[in-house]
Amino acid sequence: MISLAGRDIMHAWGKFVFTGVGLGLLIGVTLSMAGIYRGMVDDGKALLDNSGADLWVVQQNTLGPYAEPSSIYDDAWRGIRAMPGVAQTANVTYLTMQVRQGERDVRSMVTGVTAGEPGTPGWPPYLVAGRQITRSHYEAVADIATGFKLGDRLQIRRNHYTVVGLTRRMVSSGGDPMVFIPLKDAQEAQFLKDNDAILQQRRRTTANPNFNRPQVPGLLEAIIASQSTNAYVNAVLVQVEAGHDAEEVAQSIRRWKRLTVYTRSQMEEILVGKLIATAAKQIFMFLVILSVVSSAIVAFIIYTLTLGKIREIAVLKLIGTKNRTIVALIMQQSIALGVIGFVVGKITATLLMEPIFPKYVLLEPLDSVIGFGAVVVICILSSIIAIRAALKVDPAVAIGG
Amino acid sequence: MIGKGIHIEGLKKRYGSGETAVDALKNVDMQVAPGEVVGLIGPSGSGKSTLLKALGAVIEPTGGRMTLGGKVIYDNGWKVKDLRALRRDKIGFMFQAPYLIPFLDVTDNVALLPMLAGIPNAEARKRAVDLFKALDVEPRAKAMPSQLSGGEQQRVAIARGLINRPPVILADEPTAPLDSERALAVIRILNDMARQYQTAIIIVTHDEKILPTFKRIYHIRDGVTYEEAGEGREF
Ligand SMILES: Nc1ncnc2c1ncn2[C@@H]1O[C@H](COP(=O)(O)OP(=O)(O)O)[C@@H](O)[C@H]1O
Ligand SMILES: [Mg+2]
Repeated sequence: MISLAGRDIMHAWGKFVFTGVGLGLLIGVTLSMAGIYRGMVDDGKALLDNSGADLWVVQQNTLGPYAEPSSIYDDAWRGIRAMPGVAQTANVTYLTMQVRQGERDVRSMVTGVTAGEPGTPGWPPYLVAGRQITRSHYEAVADIATGFKLGDRLQIRRNHYTVVGLTRRMVSSGGDPMVFIPLKDAQEAQFLKDNDAILQQRRRTTANPNFNRPQVPGLLEAIIASQSTNAYVNAVLVQVEAGHDAEEVAQSIRRWKRLTVYTRSQMEEILVGKLIATAAKQIFMFLVILSVVSSAIVAFIIYTLTLGKIREIAVLKLIGTKNRTIVALIMQQSIALGVIGFVVGKITATLLMEPIFPKYVLLEPLDSVIGFGAVVVICILSSIIAIRAALKVDPAVAIGG
Repeated sequence: MIGKGIHIEGLKKRYGSGETAVDALKNVDMQVAPGEVVGLIGPSGSGKSTLLKALGAVIEPTGGRMTLGGKVIYDNGWKVKDLRALRRDKIGFMFQAPYLIPFLDVTDNVALLPMLAGIPNAEARKRAVDLFKALDVEPRAKAMPSQLSGGEQQRVAIARGLINRPPVILADEPTAPLDSERALAVIRILNDMARQYQTAIIIVTHDEKILPTFKRIYHIRDGVTYEEAGEGREF
């Protein structure tokens, strides 16, 4: 037996290729949407991996430091460091902002890291150029995606920083590249008020009779000093000693320090389940819409092609073709359309969307396999209307009136 | 004892029921011997197509008896379970237009029938090409139907009707679109095939050009058949 579907496709290949390419662009967008979601999850995981932390200690009852604002005292780490099972602790601050370089500014996540050595939690784990931060002020390590180069001068708030190192795949969960600066600078950047505000606050403090007590010398100065320094960080990153269970260590920090502590898996859940949940829902909606549109296209085309073959189908039935063979003819054509579409879509996603899309697009092979399965299922379902029309064809039609 | 060929006795077909019922076939009697070609003529609406459809097992009669190739297929009810296989194996069809499958080449248009019956592709194609030799379309065996002239297409359609060596061929105005030379050529081929393969052939026609070629003609009027001797002119 010959493949009727195959022959028909070869005969009308123009129609199939045209429709297949159109469908393929839709499938390409669909695959890219899935890739964007995977990219967001991967960005989130990269953020957690690159932080080098096993535990995140944050302000009580917050989902900090990535999903919600969190601030804790910058000396909290001392107590945490002393807890059993804790190998290393490091203060860290995160602030997403525009970082100026010359004429342009780049949206970046400015990360304040404690002085220390490579391997300290929060530090970029590897560099692609230059060196790590060695001075405690005004040096920066930037992700290569910022477009900054070694030696560039960056402006963050009022201070200038020199780029001394470049790193890679260091991004926030929103995909913004990271810029690492010394913790002290970062604390200042995060909580620094402008000069007018400082003057204003100083004036108000001075005017407050509770603070300005001439009979207590030094009080006013002490208050003003405490107002203009920032003793907060967003989180303390903790590395657990080998042989200790992260969850147990987290439990004891929670109990003794009255702080909220997240383990790696909890943090991942927050990032994926909460921070990017809305984006994921939007992407899912798009996937549904694109699937519906795709199946409508396939259904319409296959139905039209089938209606154009009513006479042939009647003849086929009259000469003894089984219904099964006619169903296979239509279904195989529908699947063929889907396969052409999938191939075009995969190429579109890989060669077009991935390189030019302004967000990280991670095309997972498994997603492609699932996508292919979905395309086949959609094509089979979409052919049902055409199949029903074909099965209704009366072989008597071939004989005529 | 009923021999091979076509035997129809008292065949009836009523479309619909009640007040709107139409008795398309009231009383049809026909005998066509193996190797014989008979004409069936009648005015429009007389029941010709209905008779072919009943014989072709695509509509169910409402009474009477039909025997094809020595086998009772209808006797106040179908006597054959698989009508599809009956059509495939016992009946060759030809229509006013060739109705070739446009996406199959000439050979596969014809070879498709034995293939549907489970004959291997190569064997089926060989049978088709052998028929093409007799029908003088062998040079076009690899062409697509759209590349053929009307006459060539009609001959391919005839090959399709013959390929499974059915004991019965039903042809509905097969010469209507052809000029008289081609029409007569088609009739000659059908006569040759009928003799060679002992096929019983019914040709429904209005075609004045071919009427003189029949030895016997059935007239049908208001669903009733009358037999008449034809001229049976050699051509
Ligand atoms: N499917 C049908 N339903 C109802 N009446 C029909 C149907 N087919 C044919 N008829 C009627 O049966 C009669 C015979 O029709 P038909 O066999 O097509 O005649 P012919 O082919 O000789 O022109 C006509 O009166 C026609 O209107
Ligand atoms: Mg008719």
